[in-house]
Amino acid sequence: MPKDVTDVICPFCGTLCDDVVVTVSDDNKTILSVKNACAIGAEKFNHQRLPGRVKRPRMRQPDGTYKEVSYDEAIDWTAKMLVKSRKTLMYGWASTSCQAMSIGHEIAEKVGGIVDNCATVCHGSSLIAIEDVGVPSCTLGEVKNRADRVIFWGCNPAHAHPRHMSRYSIFPRGFFTVKGHKGRKIYCVDCRYTDTAKCADTFIQVQQGFDYELLDAFRTAARGEALPDTVGGVPKEKIYEVVEELKGGRFGIIFFGMGLTHTMGRNHNIDEAICLTRDMNDFTKFVIMAMRGHWNVTGSGQVLGWQYGFPYAVDLSRRDQARHQTGETTSVDLLNRNEVEACFYIATDPGAHFPINAMISSSKKPTVTIDPHINCTTEISDVHIPVAMVGVEVGGCAYRMDNVPIETRKVVEPPEGMLTDEEVLTKINNRVDELLAKGGA
Amino acid sequence: MANKITLNLITCRTIQQGVGMEAGKTSKKYFDACTIIHMHPEDFKKLGAWKNTNVKVTSSVGSVIVKAVETREDLVPGLAHIPMGPWANRIVPAYTFSTGEPCFKGFPVDVEVATNERIMGAIEVVQDACGLIRK
Ligand code: SF4
Repeated sequence: MPKDVTDVICPFCGTLCDDVVVTVSDDNKTILSVKNACAIGAEKFNHQRLPGRVKRPRMRQPDGTYKEVSYDEAIDWTAKMLVKSRKTLMYGWASTSCQAMSIGHEIAEKVGGIVDNCATVCHGSSLIAIEDVGVPSCTLGEVKNRADRVIFWGCNPAHAHPRHMSRYSIFPRGFFTVKGHKGRKIYCVDCRYTDTAKCADTFIQVQQGFDYELLDAFRTAARGEALPDTVGGVPKEKIYEVVEELKGGRFGIIFFGMGLTHTMGRNHNIDEAICLTRDMNDFTKFVIMAMRGHWNVTGSGQVLGWQYGFPYAVDLSRRDQARHQTGETTSVDLLNRNEVEACFYIATDPGAHFPINAMISSSKKPTVTIDPHINCTTEISDVHIPVAMVGVEVGGCAYRMDNVPIETRKVVEPPEGMLTDEEVLTKINNRVDELLAKGGA
Repeated sequence: MANKITLNLITCRTIQQGVGMEAGKTSKKYFDACTIIHMHPEDFKKLGAWKNTNVKVTSSVGSVIVKAVETREDLVPGLAHIPMGPWANRIVPAYTFSTGEPCFKGFPVDVEVATNERIMGAIEVVQDACGLIRK
């Protein structure tokens, strides 16, 4: 008889919804239906049973086609590549567990790799700003229970974190927010009238690329200083009005996303947003949170942080010391400058999400991709090692966008004989040890 | 006579892109969600194009063929949006200003009608640029 697995953690976005119910077949092999998840989350689970899934590693042949090989063969090839290369880019990690990451970092230390995660093209700017000025933040539970002024700045949770608004930020009733949506004032600042803006009480349309100026104007208004007639396309009256409303709240939060990190100004935009948050604390309680997108990218930052002191782009090529310098050790810059000798991608798809010039550089290097499915990166790699889906076919620890660790659950069995990220990385690690003991590849 | 117009381009996630991605990078859902450029009605007029025509979008680093559609999430005239993915990334400048972050949002592109040009598949669009397609 099919059975329900409850309290499943969704493995797609940084919201890490923990109330998903998945119905699985009697033999624990197939997902039959998914409840509570949003459209993207449900699709992630459903992908598990799609036909045509690759079940064994594949190696590219001289004629461009792929041939199935054994796990041992693929692992041996990978270990040799890692040992031979003096500088390997080891990028990804956002869709895997913290346990797998730590094994990956062990390998990186031995072979002198550069470990980087998706933050590099996502919230990397935010991490730079946080290193510079700190971050007054909170957990999503506090948002649900306390926040009565909520600002979405350059983020669109209606599309990117579909259940964020219903679970935490707009609609839920909490301990001090018993009226739910009615008791909250919602603001959206964006260059487009997004679906999130449609849920807001006030929409502030900023001219694309003028977020820094507008944030600065908010700070100026909060201090009661004079403003020019418009800033970034927004009339000054509106800025003063919004700032007064924000001051009148008991607990305010700014959620920000790629609208700030990807536009001109990058880390300086976030810097300014954090400083606005600090200024607002002269009047009421105010906090700020990055809308971390890719599932466990926060976890990768955590594990790297406590092991090496930097949350992304950690260069271990000197083995006994970790270095981090944005623009130097960040993936896209390394590829742009053609500085790495090999690429090792795991649990992400740079082929689809890096600018093409970076991927053209990558495609000229020996490349291994570890990912459950065929994607744009696997098809420009020399070796593709398929693995079980973390959070669906194997458990492991993942961090939510507010830095809360959550132990994810295994829902179904992976296809027969399929290894997990942890197993593959452990085998590569052991093989690297053997090769190094012999004095190289 | 169709013209060439210059727009400010941003690339963002859409829920359709997210669903498509999880359905599989080679799925039709992904293709349909990401091979489009959202444009304002006024820009359609300036371009002299109908909705749902293929256009060629060119930036400082390259060009890509996508389908021009009218947006549901309102844009201002002069601003256009291609959902993130390998098509958008064919034209995203890789320069990072030493921040690690390429210019995913806010770069100028030229748009011109390309009715008879074919839109490439997700893997093809990457392999083609990397010179991995054997003719
Ligand atoms: S909001 Fe995010 S975590 Fe929650 S179900 Fe949707 S994709 Fe999954």
